[in-house]
Amino acid sequence: MNTLQMTVMIAAATAATMLTRFTPFILFGKKTPQYIEYLGKILPGAALGMLVVYCFKSVDVTTGFHGIPELIALVVTVGAHLLKRNMLLSIAAGTVVYMLLVNFV
Amino acid sequence: MKQSDNKVLSALKVAFPKTVPIMTGFLFLGTAYGIYACTSGLPPFVPIIMAAAVFAGSMEFVAVDMLVGAFDPLNIFIMALMVNARHLFYGISMLDKYKNVGKKRFYLIFGMCDESFSINCTAEIPDNIDKGWYYFFVTLLNQIYWVSGAALGALAGSFITIQLKGLDFVMTALMVVIFLDNWLKEKNHTGSAVGLAISVICLLIFGKDNFIIASMALIIGVLTLLRPRIEREESRK
Repeated sequence: MNTLQMTVMIAAATAATMLTRFTPFILFGKKTPQYIEYLGKILPGAALGMLVVYCFKSVDVTTGFHGIPELIALVVTVGAHLLKRNMLLSIAAGTVVYMLLVNFV
Repeated sequence: MKQSDNKVLSALKVAFPKTVPIMTGFLFLGTAYGIYACTSGLPPFVPIIMAAAVFAGSMEFVAVDMLVGAFDPLNIFIMALMVNARHLFYGISMLDKYKNVGKKRFYLIFGMCDESFSINCTAEIPDNIDKGWYYFFVTLLNQIYWVSGAALGALAGSFITIQLKGLDFVMTALMVVIFLDNWLKEKNHTGSAVGLAISVICLLIFGKDNFIIASMALIIGVLTLLRPRIEREESRK
């Protein structure tokens, strides 16, 4: 591919991504229908839940470590957060445990 | 002038600590992405420009593969729509929060990646802090981290050997903690529970490459069916 073709490809990817980000604001930004307002209130939790699953999507429980390091690190992250309610601490604890598990166990 | 300087700076001071985990994750993953793009045969400016313009990590990895393939703008356009469809949920969730922030609104929407959305959507911003500037700095800092990582990987990749296996879990841990924190704060767990459960079921049925669109459709469907019940509960409070 030459530079012009690459530029067109990147522009297409950018345009599509922006379409997914701007569409709700373009459609409902000025005047929000009640149904969308309802979704706006209930969707954040659902979107965050979907994102959590999205983060774990590549874990393969049938091969390798069977997702055990991910499960342990998840439990550590959640446990640390329930105990201390300190975001940075919980994230650091989970990540360090995960790195130790995949590197040294 | 002094007053507005203070407003901007104090928002930056509150926003920065919230982005520290993302700094770690984005510098690491961004570097990996920059290296991946260059070892795939792309010139260094390509991953850097994509990091700044597209600013959607997983799509950029996909785009690298497509850029070394055949010239097919329609294909990459449709791919980006599908990979990034989840942003539609973010937009609907942020309609209200991004309403009265002036000209910054355009940038906030442009830079609404997974991480900026999660932080801004669940932020509890102190009353004396300007919300618009807070959202702005979370978004801007995240983009700076990602573009810097990509540039580092693209330009200095041949000198770097990353030996930090598993550091990418920092992004997963971030999302888990944000979800959990939100769960502990919210009064009604219906949205969170439905989002989590349906996504798990769809992942098992459709597999990791196809589950997001199906999950979104089902989540909207179920939440629409539950609307009368949820609104009745809300009005009782």
